Amino acid sequence: MLSRRDFLQVGMATTAVYGSSGFGNFSKLAAQQKLKQEDLLEFDTYGNISLIHVTDIHGQLKPIYFREPEINLGVGSALGQVPHITGANFRKMYGINDGSPSHYALTHNDFSALAQQYGRVGGLDRVATVIKAIRADRPDAILLDGGDTWHGSYTCHHSQGQDMVNVMNALKTEAMTFHWEFTLGSDRVHEIIDTLPFPALGQNIFDAEWDEPADYFEPYTFFERGGSKIAVIGQAFPYMPIANPGWMFPEYSFGIRDENMQEMVNEVRGLGADLVVVLSHNGFDVDKKMASIVSGIDIILSGHTHDALPEPVLINETVIVASGSNGKFVSRVDLDVRNGKMMGFKHKLIPIFSDVIAPDPDIATLIDEERAPYKSQLSEVIGQSQSLLYRRGNFNGTWDDLICQAMIEEREADISMSPGVRWGPSILPGQDITREDIWNVTSMSYGKVYRTEMTGEFLHVILEDVADNLFNPDPYYQQGGDMVRIGGMGYRIDINKSQGSRISDLTLLKTGERIDPSKNYIVAGWASVNEGTEGPQIWDLVENYIRRNGSVKINPNNSVNVIGA
Amino acid sequence: MELTRRDTMAIGGAAALTAILPSLSSAAIPVNELIMGVTGGVDAASKGISLTAPEIAENGNTVPISIDAPGAVAITVMAAGNPRPAVATFNFGGGSASQSATTRIRLAGTQDVVAVAEMADGSFATAHQTVKVTIGGCGG
Repeated sequence: MLSRRDFLQVGMATTAVYGSSGFGNFSKLAAQQKLKQEDLLEFDTYGNISLIHVTDIHGQLKPIYFREPEINLGVGSALGQVPHITGANFRKMYGINDGSPSHYALTHNDFSALAQQYGRVGGLDRVATVIKAIRADRPDAILLDGGDTWHGSYTCHHSQGQDMVNVMNALKTEAMTFHWEFTLGSDRVHEIIDTLPFPALGQNIFDAEWDEPADYFEPYTFFERGGSKIAVIGQAFPYMPIANPGWMFPEYSFGIRDENMQEMVNEVRGLGADLVVVLSHNGFDVDKKMASIVSGIDIILSGHTHDALPEPVLINETVIVASGSNGKFVSRVDLDVRNGKMMGFKHKLIPIFSDVIAPDPDIATLIDEERAPYKSQLSEVIGQSQSLLYRRGNFNGTWDDLICQAMIEEREADISMSPGVRWGPSILPGQDITREDIWNVTSMSYGKVYRTEMTGEFLHVILEDVADNLFNPDPYYQQGGDMVRIGGMGYRIDINKSQGSRISDLTLLKTGERIDPSKNYIVAGWASVNEGTEGPQIWDLVENYIRRNGSVKINPNNSVNVIGA
Repeated sequence: MELTRRDTMAIGGAAALTAILPSLSSAAIPVNELIMGVTGGVDAASKGISLTAPEIAENGNTVPISIDAPGAVAITVMAAGNPRPAVATFNFGGGSASQSATTRIRLAGTQDVVAVAEMADGSFATAHQTVKVTIGGCGG
C-alpha cells in the first residue's frame, strides 16, 4: 500500500500539496518471520514539523487484543465511505494482503487465528518506544492526546485516573482534549488539570450557566517548531451531558459550536499561525462535516469513534487523521510548512505489535509501579472463555452478549440493555478471564445495574432514540456510539428510515411473542446517565456470572435483523 | 417532557414508571406554515438572518438560542413542535446597535426552531434548525 500511495498527489486550491502515507508493506516480512521494530518505525523524516497523535487509549497501559468491527454501517453521504468499510472490502481498498499484519491490525476476519500468530497489541511502554524513536528523528515532535485517556481499567478506576496521568506525563504529552475524563466528576477533573504540565484544550467547553468559554480549559495553544508557529485547537466530545451523566459535571456545556471553531481558526491565523491543527474528539463523520463547514483547518487529529485508517481523508484542504483506540496505534504526521502554508504531509499509522516493538524500560517500570498496589486483584482468574469475546460492531458483540445474559440471569429480568460503547479489549477462545479483563470492558463511574419495569412502547422509544444517534444521516446529530445492546429481545431495524420508523418486530426471545406496547417488562441495564441509580456494580455482577459458570460460551446472536445495510 | 423520558429510561429499581411517553410520531406544524403565518403569505429570503442553536439539546427545558438579522425591525422565534409554537417576538427600534438576541427556550421534544425577521423595507428573512431532544445515547 505504501508503494501504491507513495507520493500520492493531492490537489489543493492554492498550491499543490504532496502527501503520502503508509502502513508499510509488512506482509512479506511477516511471512519470512522477519517483521521487526525498524520496519514498523521506518519513516523518512519529512518537512519541518512532526505531530504524534494518540487517542482513546481508555486506560490500557498493557498490551491487549483488540478486534476491529465487522459491522460499521454508514448512512447518507457516509454510505460506502471510510470508516464505514470493513473486512475484505477494507483490505481491498488499501491493498492489504490476506493474513498480513495489516489484516490482523485493521480488520476483523480470522481474528482468533491471526492473534495467535501476531500476538497482543498496544501497551504504553511500547507506545513510548515509538514516541522516543520519532523524537530521535525529530526532537521537537509534538505529542497530542485526543482524550478518553483517564478511563477504562481497574487501575484507572481505583486511582481516579492518576495511573494514566502519571504515564502520559512521563511520555511528555504536550496538549490534550477530553471526553470520558469528565465522568470522573468535575472536581477530580479540575484537581488533575491543576497538576498537568500541558494545556487542557476545548474550544467547545463552555460554562453551562453563562454559555461562555469555561475558565479551566483553553480553546487553543501555540507551539513554535521548525521555524513555524503551530496552533492546536481543542475540540472536546460535543455531547458529553447527553451521552454521559451530566450531573457529574453540571458546570459545563459542550456542543459542536462550529461557529466558535471558525472564530478560533480566524483568531489563531490573525495571531500568526502558520499551521492550524484541531485535536478533536468529535468522531470521524462529525469531523468530516466540520471540515466542510469551517475553513482554514490544516489537520484534524480525529478521535472518539475509534477508527483506525491507514491513510488520511481529505475534505477540501483539511487532512483528517484517525488513529484507532486502546493504545493499538500511534499516528505520525510530518508536515512541510512554509510561508504560512502547509505544502505537504507524510503520514503513517503505526500499529503497536507488542511482540515486535520493545518496551521502553523506564515507562515499563512506571506502569508496573502504578499496577503494583492492585496486582493480586488484577490477576485473579474468574473463568475461561470458549469463544472470542469482542465488543465492536454496530448492533452487538460477544462481550455484550455475555454481559446482557449475565444481567438477565443475575437480576432475573426479561430483557437487558448494555450501552453501545466502543472501548474494551477482546479475549481469545481458550483464554482465562481475569478480573482485569472484566473491568476493561465494564469500568466506569456510573456502573450500577438497575432493575425496573418498562412498557413495550417505551422499549421501542428507546431503540428509536438510540438508533437515531447512530443512523441520523446528518453527522452533527450522531453521538458516536453504537446501538444499545439488547439481551432477551430481538428487533428489526431499517437503518435508512427516519426516527420513529426504523425499528419494528420487537420480540421477546424467551417466548417468541411480539412485544406488547402496553405491557410491562422487567428490564435490567447499566450505565444509566441518571443520578441515584441503584443496584450492584456491573463488574461484580459479570464476575459472579462468570464465576458461577466457570467456562462461558457465546452462541451466534441473530436477534437483530438489519435492513438497508 | 424529555426530562421525564430520561428519568424514566434509567430509573433505579425504586422509581415508578408514571411518565407520559412521547409519541413515536410528531404532530409538529410544518415550518413553512409557521413562516407564512408571520409574513402573511409573503415568501421569506433564506439569507440575512442567522439562527444559532445546538444540534442536540443538553437539556430540553432550557435550550440556548441566538438570532441575528442585521437591519431587522422585528424577529419572531417559534418552536414548531411545542403545544404553543410562538416563543417570542423581538422588536428593534431605530436606535438599536444590533438586531440580535439570545435567550433560552423550552422544547417539548425533537423539533424545528424557526426564526423569521421582518426587515425595514417590509421584506422577510427566515432560518430554521432541527434541535434534537434525546434520551441520551452511549458515547464511544
